[in-house]
Amino acid sequence: MEMSGSTYKATAYHPSPDAMEDAILQTLSNYPSGATDNLIPILQQVQRLEGYVSPEAIRKVSGHLRISRSKIFGVASFYSQFRFNPPGRHSIKICLGSACHVQGGDFLAKALQLEAGISPGQTSEDGRFDLERVACLGCCALAPVMMVDQDIHSRVSVIKLQQVLSEYE
Amino acid sequence: MNSFRTIQQKAAKTWQALQHNPNPVVYVGMGSCGMASGAGAVWDALEQLSKIHTLTLAKVGCIGPCYLEPLVDIQAHGQPRLSFSNVDALRAERLVKEYIGQKETTIKPIGHFGDATQQINGAVSFWQHPMLKNQKRIVLRNCGIVDPENILHYIARDGFQGIINALQRSPRDIIGEVQTSGLRGRGGAGFPAFRKWEFCRGAAGSPKYLICNADEGDPGAFMNRSLIEGDPFALLEGILIAAYAIGANACYIYIRAEYPLAIQRLKVAMAQMEEIGLLGHDLLSSGFDCTITIKEGAGAFVCGEETALIASIEGRRGMPRSRPPFPAVSGLHGKPTTIHNVETLATLPAIMRNGGTWYGGFGTEQSKVTKTFSLVGKVRRTGLIEVPLGTTLREVIFDIGSGTRKPFKAVQTGGPSGGCLAEQHLDLPIDYQSLQDAGTIMGSGGLIVMDQHSCMVDVAQYFLNFTSKESCGKCVPCRIGTRKMVEILERITAGKAALDELATLESLSRTISKGSLCGLGQTAPNPVGTTIKYFRDEYLAHIEGKRCPAAVCRDLVVYTIIKEKCTGCQRCMEICPAHAISGPRSEPHNLDTSKCIKCRACYEICRFDAIAGDAIVIE
Repeated sequence: MEMSGSTYKATAYHPSPDAMEDAILQTLSNYPSGATDNLIPILQQVQRLEGYVSPEAIRKVSGHLRISRSKIFGVASFYSQFRFNPPGRHSIKICLGSACHVQGGDFLAKALQLEAGISPGQTSEDGRFDLERVACLGCCALAPVMMVDQDIHSRVSVIKLQQVLSEYE
Repeated sequence: MNSFRTIQQKAAKTWQALQHNPNPVVYVGMGSCGMASGAGAVWDALEQLSKIHTLTLAKVGCIGPCYLEPLVDIQAHGQPRLSFSNVDALRAERLVKEYIGQKETTIKPIGHFGDATQQINGAVSFWQHPMLKNQKRIVLRNCGIVDPENILHYIARDGFQGIINALQRSPRDIIGEVQTSGLRGRGGAGFPAFRKWEFCRGAAGSPKYLICNADEGDPGAFMNRSLIEGDPFALLEGILIAAYAIGANACYIYIRAEYPLAIQRLKVAMAQMEEIGLLGHDLLSSGFDCTITIKEGAGAFVCGEETALIASIEGRRGMPRSRPPFPAVSGLHGKPTTIHNVETLATLPAIMRNGGTWYGGFGTEQSKVTKTFSLVGKVRRTGLIEVPLGTTLREVIFDIGSGTRKPFKAVQTGGPSGGCLAEQHLDLPIDYQSLQDAGTIMGSGGLIVMDQHSCMVDVAQYFLNFTSKESCGKCVPCRIGTRKMVEILERITAGKAALDELATLESLSRTISKGSLCGLGQTAPNPVGTTIKYFRDEYLAHIEGKRCPAAVCRDLVVYTIIKEKCTGCQRCMEICPAHAISGPRSEPHNLDTSKCIKCRACYEICRFDAIAGDAIVIE
């Protein structure tokens, strides 16, 4: 099933820097210059394209919307969705909602950090995984859950963890 | 209007054709919960099968009992839908093959959708299932029944009758109807809906805006996600009704980016509505224009607060401002704005279809009508339910949810703004006032059930940690106060706190509640307040006894291997992510406590071993 949404980036999409620049300029041209209302949707589009929000992209957005880079960074860093370093091949989102917490999500998060060798917000050295903690994926009835790329894995115990990760190379 | 009648006839035909299809029809529950349980693989398998056999496939949303997912229904010609639970790809194949051959299967259905008195294949009606039979489904009536991406299904089930009725009446009339129904905001505060509308309609300034708050930020709650995924048209119709009543022509849906499937379903639904003239210019030739724009949230809990939400839509940091002026007077771009929760809006079509008097007949006097709850945590039957307000917690947790496996300890209501209630509260009716009197709130409808293996101090710490991270930082008491509370709670769960720090917690709670602008700060201390009040002995056990009775708090528990019981099977060794366990096969293992991260994996896996199932203990 096709899933849209800014947190789900196309992992197979690795265009050249030039193509990326074109894609970002193309995105910006869809929004009127100077309309600050569109800042968040634009940043979401940029992240969809790049997998993160790069300093170069912020510079371009700043020129287009005519707001300072520091203001853009101020808005972007306020929201947990935006990341400022390149993602890994697979993005892991570990749910730390209250239902997941009660069902041992915290234990899972701890084990996951050891297994993947990274802390939340980081990308592993081999570029295989990046890790993010999210407040709630809304699958509370099947807690604890984690999401790898677009797949939600339900009732993940530490025991099941290794098997889940092995599905992603 | 005439052209809509033609569409209604077409819809009725489509729906009838599906109900009385000569071929078997297979319905797959494809909500996020279904997908998480593997409904995607089931669908793929069925698609393959449909190339060989004549088979009609239909996607539906989630009917509620998420613990049974993936749910698959099969309907043979002349028979009602039979529902099967926990279906994987293999099981789905077997079901279809058996069904095509002999019209019955060796797999026992969980229920059927036929006549309530009938028994089919040894199953009673699904609506008689203990999780469903005490529910009253008004908002959720279509969830799990219709294809959420097919407008004809919605129309065939009286869809858009509400907006048609509304467009034939004056906006004042509609506000009166909603007043009669007693509908209150479903997002948490419970403000009467009609009053919001009166303020907004009466406010000077134009254009007016309507915003649907679908930024379901409460961790542990998923009512809005499930509703939008299962019946997006109900929400969209509700938006049209409210927009018409307050005189707004531009509407926004502010929805979390974490809900990609819900966003996708809304987009599909909106495109279909536009196609038949139910969105955009001159709705059904009534002269009423209405556009709806989807704004994806970017992940900030505080954006559930209305002024913060408006700031976010305007492209700024989502920080609340002081009120007044209220958004009804000066909201989005300084214009009159009404903000409603998803559930409030999705209730409107039913009210406009059947009248306010009909709707007001459910629930209690003060909190009329039904409410959806997400029932999760240590309860046996987890999922989404809709019950009349006034139902007791005991009925919800034990009758609908079938109780807990280990003895029940507490239920958390209202998300991070709510509190924990104990066993003595089980007979409380769920309504705005009773919960408030007990020190918690109803909130948007999250019910997290906890048993003896849950530590209440840990739960309080979890919520305070959450609010301190999500605090936008504007008000000092909230920004620094919640941080200080987390520090004290961390000391308590580490066994390093002094007894007088409980008093500090209580005094910090008062300051934060009084000194914060928005609901996030004002209610942030609630989880601590209620746990200290109702579970004081647990706090004392941590502080004075330096122990965690539920064996949850890491710093207060030690994992050990009982040498006499350990068979040396090495399963715990393989699973330990910290490589803390070592030892040769068939000999008792060693557990290096300095490496142990206390993740419970060894404890869990050891219990599978029939011979020495309890070689690992938590002390």
